[in-house]
Amino acid sequence: MREAGMSLIVKRITKITVSLIFLFGVYIVLHGHLTPGGGFAGGVIIALSFIHLVLAFGKEVALKRLSESAVSIIESLGGLMFWGIALLGLTAGAYLLNTLPKGQPFDLFSSGIIILCNIAIFLKVGAGLFSIFIAMAILRIPEVDNKENR
Amino acid sequence: MLPIFVIIPLGGAFLIPIIAKFKEEWAQVVANLCAGLLLLFSVASIFWLKTGIKVYDVGGWKPPFGICMVLDGLTVLMLLVVNLIGCMALIFSIGYIKKYTAPKLYYTLFCLLLVGLNGVVISGDLFNLFVFLEITSIASYALVAFGTEADELEAAFKYLVLGSVASTLILLAIGMLLGHVSTLNMADISRSLNFSTSKELILYCLALFMMGFGLKVALVPFHAWLPDAHPAAPAPMSAMLSGVVIKTIGVYALIRVVFNIIGFTPAISSLFIWLGIISMSVGVLLAIGQWDFKRLLAYHSVSQIGYVIFAIGLGTPLGIIGGLFHLFNHSLFKSLLFLNSGAVEYSTGVRQLDKLGGLSNQMPVTSNTCLVASLSIAGIPPLCGFWSKLIIIIAAFQANNIIGAIVCILVGMVTLASFLKVQKYAFMRKAEQAISSIKEAPFSMQLAMVVLAVLCIAVGLFFIPFVDSIIKPAAATLLEGTGYAKIILGI
Amino acid sequence: MSLYLLCMVLFAIGLYCLLVKKNLVKKIIGLVITEYAINLFFILLGYRTGGEAPILSKDVVVTNFVDPLPQALILTSIVIGLGIMALMVAIAMRIYEKYKTFDINEIRRLKG
Repeated sequence: MREAGMSLIVKRITKITVSLIFLFGVYIVLHGHLTPGGGFAGGVIIALSFIHLVLAFGKEVALKRLSESAVSIIESLGGLMFWGIALLGLTAGAYLLNTLPKGQPFDLFSSGIIILCNIAIFLKVGAGLFSIFIAMAILRIPEVDNKENR
Repeated sequence: MLPIFVIIPLGGAFLIPIIAKFKEEWAQVVANLCAGLLLLFSVASIFWLKTGIKVYDVGGWKPPFGICMVLDGLTVLMLLVVNLIGCMALIFSIGYIKKYTAPKLYYTLFCLLLVGLNGVVISGDLFNLFVFLEITSIASYALVAFGTEADELEAAFKYLVLGSVASTLILLAIGMLLGHVSTLNMADISRSLNFSTSKELILYCLALFMMGFGLKVALVPFHAWLPDAHPAAPAPMSAMLSGVVIKTIGVYALIRVVFNIIGFTPAISSLFIWLGIISMSVGVLLAIGQWDFKRLLAYHSVSQIGYVIFAIGLGTPLGIIGGLFHLFNHSLFKSLLFLNSGAVEYSTGVRQLDKLGGLSNQMPVTSNTCLVASLSIAGIPPLCGFWSKLIIIIAAFQANNIIGAIVCILVGMVTLASFLKVQKYAFMRKAEQAISSIKEAPFSMQLAMVVLAVLCIAVGLFFIPFVDSIIKPAAATLLEGTGYAKIILGI
Repeated sequence: MSLYLLCMVLFAIGLYCLLVKKNLVKKIIGLVITEYAINLFFILLGYRTGGEAPILSKDVVVTNFVDPLPQALILTSIVIGLGIMALMVAIAMRIYEKYKTFDINEIRRLKG
């Protein structure tokens, strides 16, 4: 029986690099108001770390780490978090108003709601991209008979 | 309180996947609740408008630095159209969705469609309008492909490619305007364009906008996606597509850009008039030979939107009132016709007209509402379609456009002929085979159809107070043209 | 000026690929190239001569930045393009499952 995934060298290296990629993605998300990047770019990088797992080990191993229903719930939670932050601004004045305390400039916790919005966007984008990839990887096309005639 | 139109369906769309994990039926409840609340708020917005045009600054940032949302007469009319038909289509879906296997996905996509449609209508900023237009388009592409049969996938792919090219052209036009005036607020752009020195750039942007929005509204050189996409979608989605989406992201966006930002010139007027005349004739001539019920209705959509564009292109106050009134009426009766075809398909499983027959005995509610809608689209008094077509023809004679008026009358007669064909083949004649086991459609589908038919008759009987209170303020904002800028920025 | 013309050349290449090629996947690639050409045009609008990247940090004193507004708008547009591409590829995969081919001349059941 053919083993799923790629060769042994790829599997060894993947075990090291998956956590590094994840950490890098989290750094880009959290510093979204100081350096370029933010929610969307960080979300893509974190989704890539899970896709790295799927490519190297096959989809059963990756799905044991993060099942499909968990991905769907994380995605909806990300959207609801952003919606809730926007509603919070509504109660204090205008929709999407920047209500949380703004600290010193260039600090990690300055600029109010932007860091929470980045986290919400990263949850939604990361989970969304991973579920798109899994949906395409699961699809099995039935083999066409007598392929030589095509 | 303007963002409430975007907040409610957005919350619904994000809540439905989580709630549906526990109980499947609650997805329906959440979606219908969102649509009902939206309908209440849009009826309330008629009364908000009585105290003047409302401008809402998102995030507290004043325009032109921030994004603003605007509620004026045209917005109130479009909000009524969008939320009324959305609510009725969702009530219809309660019975219809049993034919499909993934209701949770359908309701999520439908709520996202409502987010996009409401957002396009209340937006006061040009790029914000583009983003909501894209949300609407993507939700409609996915909903057209919802059944995943071979025909539906092919139609969805065709619609997707053509719609994306149109969105790309619109984005290019917005980019050129941004480079020229360095602002994106609609009122600010119209004020800055008065001092601009390069007329060629504005002409080029106008051409790109006509191509992009013209494809979304299915005017005749750009209509090739509509006869495939509208029949392939599930019936409540066809009603939304033909009754709401092509009007909101097509007609509303086009006339907002042309009248309030760029300004209405005689060249644009003759362009609209000729495009309208060609759409009317080509649409109805292609429709009369069709034997598929939904494809016939889709071609009639092309023709009736030609009426709207022709009337608005006349530029006179009576013409604009006629065009906007016909827009509202068309959304009522075309949605009702698509819902009828959905009910017929649900009960008999057949869409070809020559295989149906004798349904008026077995499906009384469906056949009576279909009769009301067919008489309305053909222009028989005292239903609503007659008054709007009469206003358009009188406006055409007043503007000395005799060719247009004669084409309107002839197209009306051919429309009457083709709907008599529908009535005869589907409902009146004796059935060929013994299809005696056909029952009436479920109760929720009957409720949606009856409400829309009652509205058709009511708007037809009481059209004078309706036109005075809702259509005239909408026409007034369009006729003000670029004076719109003073009102928005002065507040 | 020539940079904007090159953007339009890229747009034309994408449009050619969308219209002429017969394979469905190649049409998808053509449409994506078209969208990216428009995004590139938009970003080039914001360029100011001799400008720096618009990032403010503690010890920067230069005030000649390029315009950051088009860059924010294009982030949104790139995400929209990603969504459309994902939807197109999913529909193309399902079409292969039903029609057993990617050739556009065979996928013509809807006529008239």
